[in-house]
Amino acid sequence: MAEEFFIQGNEACAKGAIAAGCRFFAGYPITPSTEVAETLARELPKVGGSFVQMEDEIASAGAIIGGSWGGTKSMTATSGPGISLMQENIGYAFMTETPIVIVDVQRGSPSTAQPTMASQSDMMQARWGSHGDYEPIALSPSSVQEFFDFTIKAFNLAEEYRCPVLVMADEVIGHMREKIVVGDDIEVVARKRPEKTDDYLPFENIENGTTPMPAFGDGFNIHVTGLTHDERGYPDTNTPETHHNLVKRICDKVLNNKDKICSVRSENCEDADIIIVSYGAPVRSAVEAVNRARANNQKVGYVKIDTPWPFPDEQLKEITKNASDVLVVEMNLGQMYYEVDRVLGKDVNVHLMGVIGGLLPTPDEILDEINKIGGN
Amino acid sequence: MRTEIRICGFGGQGIILAGIILGKSASLFDEKEAVQTQSYGPEARGGASKCEVVISDTEVDYPKVQSPDILVAMSNEALIKYIVDLKDNGTLIVDPGTTDVEDVRDFIDEHNIEVYEAPATKTATDEIGLKIVANIVMVGAITKITKVISKEAAIKAIEASVPKGTEEKNIAAFEAGYALAE
Amino acid sequence: MSENKNRFLPYLREDRLPHIFCPGCGNGAIINAFLAAMEKADMDFDNIAMVSGIGCSSRIPGYLKCDSLHTTHGRALSFATGLKTANKDLDVVVFTGDGDAASIGGNHLIHAARRNINLTVICINNNIYGMTGGQISPTSPKGSFATTAPYGNLDTPFKLAELVAAAGASYSARWTTVQMENLVLSIKAGLKNKGFSFIEVATQCPTYFGRKNKLKTPTAMAAVMKANTVFKSAADRMSARELEGKIVVGEFANTQKDEFTENLERISVEKSGKKTLINSAYSTEL
Repeated sequence: MAEEFFIQGNEACAKGAIAAGCRFFAGYPITPSTEVAETLARELPKVGGSFVQMEDEIASAGAIIGGSWGGTKSMTATSGPGISLMQENIGYAFMTETPIVIVDVQRGSPSTAQPTMASQSDMMQARWGSHGDYEPIALSPSSVQEFFDFTIKAFNLAEEYRCPVLVMADEVIGHMREKIVVGDDIEVVARKRPEKTDDYLPFENIENGTTPMPAFGDGFNIHVTGLTHDERGYPDTNTPETHHNLVKRICDKVLNNKDKICSVRSENCEDADIIIVSYGAPVRSAVEAVNRARANNQKVGYVKIDTPWPFPDEQLKEITKNASDVLVVEMNLGQMYYEVDRVLGKDVNVHLMGVIGGLLPTPDEILDEINKIGGN
Repeated sequence: MRTEIRICGFGGQGIILAGIILGKSASLFDEKEAVQTQSYGPEARGGASKCEVVISDTEVDYPKVQSPDILVAMSNEALIKYIVDLKDNGTLIVDPGTTDVEDVRDFIDEHNIEVYEAPATKTATDEIGLKIVANIVMVGAITKITKVISKEAAIKAIEASVPKGTEEKNIAAFEAGYALAE
Repeated sequence: MSENKNRFLPYLREDRLPHIFCPGCGNGAIINAFLAAMEKADMDFDNIAMVSGIGCSSRIPGYLKCDSLHTTHGRALSFATGLKTANKDLDVVVFTGDGDAASIGGNHLIHAARRNINLTVICINNNIYGMTGGQISPTSPKGSFATTAPYGNLDTPFKLAELVAAAGASYSARWTTVQMENLVLSIKAGLKNKGFSFIEVATQCPTYFGRKNKLKTPTAMAAVMKANTVFKSAADRMSARELEGKIVVGEFANTQKDEFTENLERISVEKSGKKTLINSAYSTEL
């Protein structure tokens, strides 16, 4: 039986985590993500899970990596200042191929800026926040239902590709209440336990794939290190090939599966002259702007990017191939705009509507931009 | 049809819960769509408190209230602060015990606002014996006056939203509010 | 050769030898002490999971044939907290050093102690940063020399065993590499203790601390360490002035307290009727 709830985005995220099999949350209070922690503090013990309020966000990220190697799906939730602190351990999770989910309910930034206001200014930090080369997977929900669905999807992707997955929400989606439907047929990806064979390699360079991961205590006696390591997991920091093979594989397992990971949705784009590209909360404004524009016989469409990372180059090119102009609407000064421009800039005019200050851009404001582009 | 509702008062009056009940009624029990949002600024602590609900027959895209069709004010400070966005010909519901509509008379006349007085605080105190259910009394009045949600849905939503054991008092408060506007 | 094999060799990843530790380093002796204590405590080696941070001492788990998590600098205790919480049946041992545990990881150290989470922490205190080439550490004695204290250390060092005891650990002790028997007994006690156990081992780093401080050989360092050692019972009767430059050894905490993961499990049993789930990531039926 499907159940319906009228709840906050942050509560939906917590519900999604439990539905996905998350049984360990470690976090530190920070507005506007705190309700995720509060909900899980209450709910996890009811399903045999554990909640720990750590001493800071660095410890939170470390704890969930430890939890994941302990054999438990693990998550943390935070906002800008916290995600900054977590970056070193996020890089460690990429290097050690540890499945974890990090939820970032973005607020006005940089620094402590606007705790209760919305932004999308951590998008590039999700991409490049930790030092080094890696290919993150990030999802951006545009509704409370999607915050639930994408949290589940994040856990599934984390298990499938054995890597951290970020859910890049924003204050609007985190705090607003909407109806969600929780189905009884939720797809959950369980972790695969490796076969206990003599030639098992926990970091094997298998082509286009991910090696199954044992839990500590399973008897594999594996060594996990953030140092450059060989396929056994043993440090080998001075051999260029070892480093190259490891980092390339960590990147390629995501890049080579972009067609499976990337998700975009579009509407009214086939005949559109102007296409709005957005993700997260601003999609809501874009949809309304497009509906109004269409009612006014303006050929406008929109693309909603569900997965900002890895960036959906191919899908975006395909959808916008007939358009003359693309308007990127985001709550920052142009973080994803540069990506869109990189992909589409040669073929269409790419414009930015970058809104900071904490308020969701309104449909009227978007229509104004559309009209400016359209020369009206 | 999209209806934008703003409920405002001061912190502690249960303004947020009133909005959640409207949203829950519409989306879970009236087969409509609803989004509830609220202010999270420092003003949420003691000063003016604001809760907004968009209710629609179709999907709610832009989730925030831009210019409310309905403004419900439970404090004078909030009434003065938030009336400025109220739509022309919009509906204003005030608690006369905590507000003074004369303070916004010019706006009401200029914008042809329909004004209803629902003495929620007094009704809660006198009839239910609990001042803290004034917000639920107000939900009753909103339901009756605006018909934005159905009475049946409101009752189900209240039962699902208030602390266990307090359902009866809250339903009585709702009924008293519903009767106020008759 | 074979008859001279170290009896602890079966516990080591032989395919990782030789190790990276310098001649005269105390780490080897401390590994021996740990393994001896583990045997004395009747621990199941297969159930031990090790966690470490960054630094010379943090390389130890990499040489031991058990599950081992070599983490980021200073953060070993936060990873260990997550690992132990996720699977409280594991015996989680943390190897760390003075810089790792007390400088960059100082906050995690006091909070793990405060929670009294059942971890056994062996903190190898060589009073210097060895891995990066001899910089000052938060336990370097006042006036000692390092590459970043060319005119002598100006800071007052932390007393780690006392700090951790004050922060709430149920077991805390300090020994040196010249008191191997006491060290073994303390590690054994720490492994047995159901709570946060902290065993600080003052050790010699001849390569960096020795060279910078005119203590050229490991034996010279051991002799100085031995001469400066004062048992806690005696130290309790000495003045601060008399204790200057001394290494106080003994137990600083040895009590019974609520343990963190036991408390979490109690809440799980109360709220869900079952113990905290273990290895739930591998299941879809939860």
